Amino acid sequence: MTYIKRFDGRKFDETREMEGKVGIVKNADGSAMFRFGDTIAIAAVYGPKDLYPRFLQNPEKGLLRCYYDMTSFSVTERKRPGPDRRSNEISLVSEKALVPVLTLERFPNAVVDVFIEIIQANAGTRCAGICAASLALADAGMDMKDLVCAVSVGFVDGKVMIDLNKEEEDIDDMTDIPIAVLPRTGEISLLQLDGNLKRENVIEAIELVKKVSKKIYEVQKMALKERFK
Amino acid sequence: MMQEYINGLLEKGERIDGRKFDEYRKIKIETGVSKNAEGSARVIMGDTEVIVGVKMDVGEPYFDSQDEGVLITGAELLALSSEDFELGPPGTKAVELARVVDRGIRESGCIDMKKLCIKKKEKVWMIFIDIYTINDGGNLIDASALAVLAALRDTKFPVYDEKNERVDYGNLDKKSLPLIKLPLACTLYKIGGKTLIDVNSEEEKVIDARLTVTMAEKEIHAMQKGGDGVLRVEEVDEMIKLAEEKIKKLRGLLK
Repeated sequence: MTYIKRFDGRKFDETREMEGKVGIVKNADGSAMFRFGDTIAIAAVYGPKDLYPRFLQNPEKGLLRCYYDMTSFSVTERKRPGPDRRSNEISLVSEKALVPVLTLERFPNAVVDVFIEIIQANAGTRCAGICAASLALADAGMDMKDLVCAVSVGFVDGKVMIDLNKEEEDIDDMTDIPIAVLPRTGEISLLQLDGNLKRENVIEAIELVKKVSKKIYEVQKMALKERFK
Repeated sequence: MMQEYINGLLEKGERIDGRKFDEYRKIKIETGVSKNAEGSARVIMGDTEVIVGVKMDVGEPYFDSQDEGVLITGAELLALSSEDFELGPPGTKAVELARVVDRGIRESGCIDMKKLCIKKKEKVWMIFIDIYTINDGGNLIDASALAVLAALRDTKFPVYDEKNERVDYGNLDKKSLPLIKLPLACTLYKIGGKTLIDVNSEEEKVIDARLTVTMAEKEIHAMQKGGDGVLRVEEVDEMIKLAEEKIKKLRGLLK
């Protein structure tokens, strides 16, 4: 099949409706919600706080730890609560997506924990999670070089498109490429791919994300301004 | 320090947030908060927030109840919701929360389990209730029991494709769960000889004892005594009376 018109009528470079909200978990030092259409992620930050066991402490710099989790009812077929191989990997790549914007030297021997929870899933959950986590870190007053904007790119029949929904993700031969960039510099901090693609296509995908990240960045900035108004 | 302060206020008939001893914090109930769940609800009780989702599936009945559906309740005290909660499989506090809520639903006969039977001895509907804490501001049990009931009331059966023996998720029937009773929990907390309800985080840290009472109408369907302190029989009597009155009010919020 040729995918000419998107199922939900979006343009190929148009994300689903985005929404950001900051300060949603009172107990946390920072927290936020980020939504791409029907995909809703929340994130909470605790720290910097002392890192234990002590041998993990580094006098040179602090540590960022990220935990990604989905609620059992966020997906159509119930997911068993708790971590699995998939969520462990996403936790790791989310951590790597966020760490470049932090100045970890500012809190030696300490740790910052970021917890991401998917409340409702319709593809692109790790990207929504990273957008929310980046907002939560800013809400926690962390010293940051930039925010992080993440969104998935899809490739099918030679056509590139931004922010796949579940229906699109399930198309045969769809290649899914979640990407995170630092919006001010365009530097890449998350890049994964599964599918079947040529080098030029990957570059095209990254360029598209760099363009779209400006819009994500605006939504994030608005959410932060709303909090500190 | 905090304990002395709280006790001092209680002696004067006051609480740290200015409420009466038998006064709930502001309660907000929302349903349909997670679209892929067959039913879901969010309850905000003061600073406490919990989300509950109901998922359904078709499976085999238990050997001792071959014409009845299966109910499984779980609770995740997310590390996201409090610095006191740790990562990892549910600990004793999470298990207690899930089990106390589960008993209220099960023992009251809230759900007509016989109506969840598709084919005796072979196929029945299974109901999975999962409680997730978003912010622990105290009194998670009452908030969770309320959210569970709101989520059950929000639940619609997914369509079951008998021929292919598959549940067609996302395609919800118009049929709601067969709910007969509406059990709710009220937890009474004892601090320095005084009885109060709906403690906030500061109060919860200094309680001597607590008693959760779950009632559907006139009958008590589940109880759980917690905390290191003890209760006298007169106190239990007083607590049950208060719980009955408060549960009636809580039920009114569901309408």
